[in-house]
Amino acid sequence: MLPRHIDKKRAQYTFFFYLRCIFFCIFALTLVNASSNRIIMVQLHTLFGSFCKIGAFTIGGGYAMIPLMEKEIVDRHRWLEQEDFMDVLTLSQAMPGIFAVNMAASVGYRLRGVIGTVTAVLGNILLPIAIMIVWAICFRFLHGNPFFEAIFKGIRPAVVALIVSPVFTMAMTANIRWSNIWIPFAAALLIWLLGVSPILIILCAGLGGFLYGHYLERKEATP
Amino acid sequence: MIFWKLFYTFLRIGIFNFGGGYAMIALIQNEVVTHNSWMSMQEFVDIVAVSQMTPGPIGINVATYAGYTAIINAGYAFPWAIAGSVIASLSVVLLPVTAMILVTRFLMKMQDKPAVQTMLRILRITFLGLIAAAALLLMTPESFGSPSSDTCQFVISIVIFIATLVASLKFKVSPILLLLISGAAGFIIYGLILPA
Repeated sequence: MLPRHIDKKRAQYTFFFYLRCIFFCIFALTLVNASSNRIIMVQLHTLFGSFCKIGAFTIGGGYAMIPLMEKEIVDRHRWLEQEDFMDVLTLSQAMPGIFAVNMAASVGYRLRGVIGTVTAVLGNILLPIAIMIVWAICFRFLHGNPFFEAIFKGIRPAVVALIVSPVFTMAMTANIRWSNIWIPFAAALLIWLLGVSPILIILCAGLGGFLYGHYLERKEATP
Repeated sequence: MIFWKLFYTFLRIGIFNFGGGYAMIALIQNEVVTHNSWMSMQEFVDIVAVSQMTPGPIGINVATYAGYTAIINAGYAFPWAIAGSVIASLSVVLLPVTAMILVTRFLMKMQDKPAVQTMLRILRITFLGLIAAAALLLMTPESFGSPSSDTCQFVISIVIFIATLVASLKFKVSPILLLLISGAAGFIIYGLILPA
């Protein structure tokens, strides 16, 4: 009993410590933001509401959000031109993280600086998080129900198939040649058979790609 | 210290994800199931299924649910689990959002450098391998049924797997519809026909 109790106390303490850290970061970013200039003044609650709507009405992942986002941002509110929107889109795809959240961060920053980013990102993720928490709580109670188990026995193989299918669609657009076809195979085998961490593979691929590009760039610059 | 580990783990998952929602599933699977064993492979597949059927970005949904389940499985009461899910989902976006702010500020200068472009191209190719590995690791008796002791479930699972793959690649059927259909199939086969 005693160790568990102490552990919970400690959990409580550290949890609030990190909460404070996050609030401090937001506060610091707010100060930085105060020095940057703004061009358009967009009401924060309009921004929040707009991204709430985008977050809540897209089912099935980030790419399903693009048409709705374009309609809200470019057509309805005219916050960005079509060209700027495309720039934000490519940048969000290139950067790490969750695509839809990156879009929200970039659009929010362009409109209202750091406060705009925080507003847009929170608006985008708040409802999905709340819905998932409710789901998680319900899931506990439904677990063990034979009909519920039956449904998930059918769904599990479909989930694996849905994870496999983007491999094929992405392979069409990822610009694979004979010279680099070994990379995805090597990555998959290293993770699957040797248990190498994916993060290590990403770091190596990123560093290798950068050095390779740097080397090529130099060779082309001095013909 | 599980809350700190949760925060740190999802911080890493957020910043190292260059490949969209499905690549993030690969990263979360490695960290949460293989590395930290916060939950079983079966629980993880259920999480992915639920995440695809609820609104919002898949990465956020998986992180929220994984945070909740990890804390519950560690033996805490559910208010702590809610705190865990909030920590997981906020830490997954914290660093990428900060990076987006910085990059938007520098007006996309980074992106025009050829070295950076090559790097991003090779990363995108590497992520194909990562997603494939995640799918390979998910093909377990927990999600498909074991071929020796439960042959019936195994065969049905393989049929559902192939049918879903063909429907999503050839006919571009929406993932939500596919999950609903396979759920209904599971309900009819395992809930109504087999017990009778």
